[in-house]
Amino acid sequence: MSAQAMKETLAVDVREAQGNAGSTCGAAPAAAPIPGRHHGHDHAAASLHPGGHHLLRVEGLNVSFRMYDPGEPFFRARRIERPVIRDLSVSVHAGEVMAVVGASGSGKTLLADAILGLYERNVRVSGRILFEGKLCGPRELADLRGHGISLVPQSVNNLDSLMRVGKQIVGSCGRGPSGRRRRAARRERMLKLFAQYRLAPEVADKYPHELSGGMARRVLLACALLDDPRLIVADEPTPGLDLELAVRALDDLRSFADAGGGVLLITHDIELALRVADRIAVFRDGTVVEEAPAAAFEDPSQLRDPYTRALWHAMPGHGFDAVAFDDAGPFDAVPQREGSDGADAKLSHRPVKADHDTIGGNA
Amino acid sequence: MRPMGKGSSNTSDTDAAKTGRALRRLPHLRVPWAVRTVVRFALLMLAVSFLTFLLVGLSPIDPVQANVGQAAYATMSPERRALLAQYWGSDQGVLVRYISWLSHALCGDLGDSLRFNAPVIEVVGERLANSAVLLATSWLLSGVIGCALGVVAGVKRDSVVDRVIRGYCYVLSATPTFWLALLALMVFAVWLGWFPLGFSAPIGSTGDVSMGTRLYHAALPALVLSLTGVANIALHTREKTVDVMGSDYVRFARTRGESTWTCVRRHGLRNLVLPALTLECAQIGEIVGGSILVEQVFSYPGLGQAAVTAGLGGDAPLLVGIALATAALVFVGNLVANLLYGAIDPRMKGVAAHVE
Repeated sequence: MSAQAMKETLAVDVREAQGNAGSTCGAAPAAAPIPGRHHGHDHAAASLHPGGHHLLRVEGLNVSFRMYDPGEPFFRARRIERPVIRDLSVSVHAGEVMAVVGASGSGKTLLADAILGLYERNVRVSGRILFEGKLCGPRELADLRGHGISLVPQSVNNLDSLMRVGKQIVGSCGRGPSGRRRRAARRERMLKLFAQYRLAPEVADKYPHELSGGMARRVLLACALLDDPRLIVADEPTPGLDLELAVRALDDLRSFADAGGGVLLITHDIELALRVADRIAVFRDGTVVEEAPAAAFEDPSQLRDPYTRALWHAMPGHGFDAVAFDDAGPFDAVPQREGSDGADAKLSHRPVKADHDTIGGNA
Repeated sequence: MRPMGKGSSNTSDTDAAKTGRALRRLPHLRVPWAVRTVVRFALLMLAVSFLTFLLVGLSPIDPVQANVGQAAYATMSPERRALLAQYWGSDQGVLVRYISWLSHALCGDLGDSLRFNAPVIEVVGERLANSAVLLATSWLLSGVIGCALGVVAGVKRDSVVDRVIRGYCYVLSATPTFWLALLALMVFAVWLGWFPLGFSAPIGSTGDVSMGTRLYHAALPALVLSLTGVANIALHTREKTVDVMGSDYVRFARTRGESTWTCVRRHGLRNLVLPALTLECAQIGEIVGGSILVEQVFSYPGLGQAAVTAGLGGDAPLLVGIALATAALVFVGNLVANLLYGAIDPRMKGVAAHVE
């Protein structure tokens, strides 16, 4: 890749950042894979830029909660702003599975909420979210829900336990004759999806508690696919599934991406993510410390961030060797989470091991 | 007034768990649900009647003195007093009276009311018919209005609408019912003259009174009675609505593009029906309890007023009759709630017959 070409792709990025929709990409022909590194992140072979822009681009996202200081006594507590996500940037290309990998409870779901425009009342969100090159505010993001961006949630708990599954998949269609036509069309499409995913038509008449784990997973996927999305946000779609089912769940997401859609897979399980993802974004302390192609995880020297390298060493099969100690050196410079003081941090393998427990522990 | 309140249902849960374990060991002893319910009902009636008799026995009111009047009592000969005491039954111990009442009650005779000089069943039936209009109206009104307010407040959480509804509910539930009744009487009956001052029919009227007139007379007491119920139901429904709107399934429905009110219509109401029905059925007890005060203020000749008369006059048989009738009402309310749970919630299908 020449310096000239790189400059031009960067220029595209700037135009995109200004909200200029529909600009064509000068350097890369549309829908052509661009391996290599551009606009701040590495690409995988499957990363496409149809129309000259990213499918989803999140820039400098900050999410913070306004709350009463929990460290203070009840009556003296003042309102503080607690940041959960800070300066997070991540991109999803058409045709790829992008996995955001981070420890459980580190705020990854808030990223999904921000992309879906679901904000709690005490949350403050800033930053830029561009979908298909268009800058989106809360209203636009709300309009995109179910019309471009769909969520595949974690478990069957996301279904209403008092409503038959089929009615929930079909969703709200409005009333009157047009609503009835829409409902019939969507029901037909649902049955096609059922056939495609080996679900019996009778499943539509079941209640959520009657579904097995594998059935529930396909039902949730069918919910998303019925809305014909361009981007699927999959928020921890595998916990509670055994390995075989989890792999199948990810394969279904993979085939959605292969058909040209984009997948943002949010997970704590880096090993499962590596099986299916084209690119991995490592999420730590509320931000993405590295966006790397999955292939880079075959060789730690290709990983830029010390945390990512430590993560690599923490994965089973890679061993805790002396390299881990050396590489983990910069940990002293990284702000530690609450409760771990400097003395602990200098034992360097300790944070590494702890992170291994939380990040790869379920594998 | 709430024999099947929260506390007792919890203990019956653990009891059920214990008996459940015992029954698993002895499967041939499994008692059908209907039989258990009937036994439970009979035990409740027994306990309520005994407690009422006990309370009447402990009461410092001497029925003879209370019923013949101060002047007549003072000039009465001791023989006549003894005769009256025998008639009222106040010369016997409580236990003796209870056992004699029970032996009659088991044959279907609940005794005669001393104050009204008529069979208890007749008095309770007549009063219950009077109260029924009042109770049913205020029960329905408080249910519908309370539910609607609760859902609106819960969906619009922390908005001005929510604050107004919540403030209204707090003020209302902190207000004594009888005071509210007096206030309503003053404003609507005395100042504005929109409603009659009291009674279930125009003063001096005899014989049949039209249904319209009856409703007209019941309107103000029913409104007052329902107001306090509204606060209770609205606040509970609001909490439940907040829970539902914050649930994972509503979040997921939103991610699929459903608007807030579509979510409320499709998922909210469906999930609110069960707690609302339970609340409605538990509310029967509250309404019956509240009616005693409200009927007293409005001089409404209902069950509540009869209860006060019976209590002040030491009329044990009538008081027991009224207690039994209201306890049965509340029991039936809870029973209906349980049955509806089984019928509505698909997760209870197949176990509906064993609902506790």
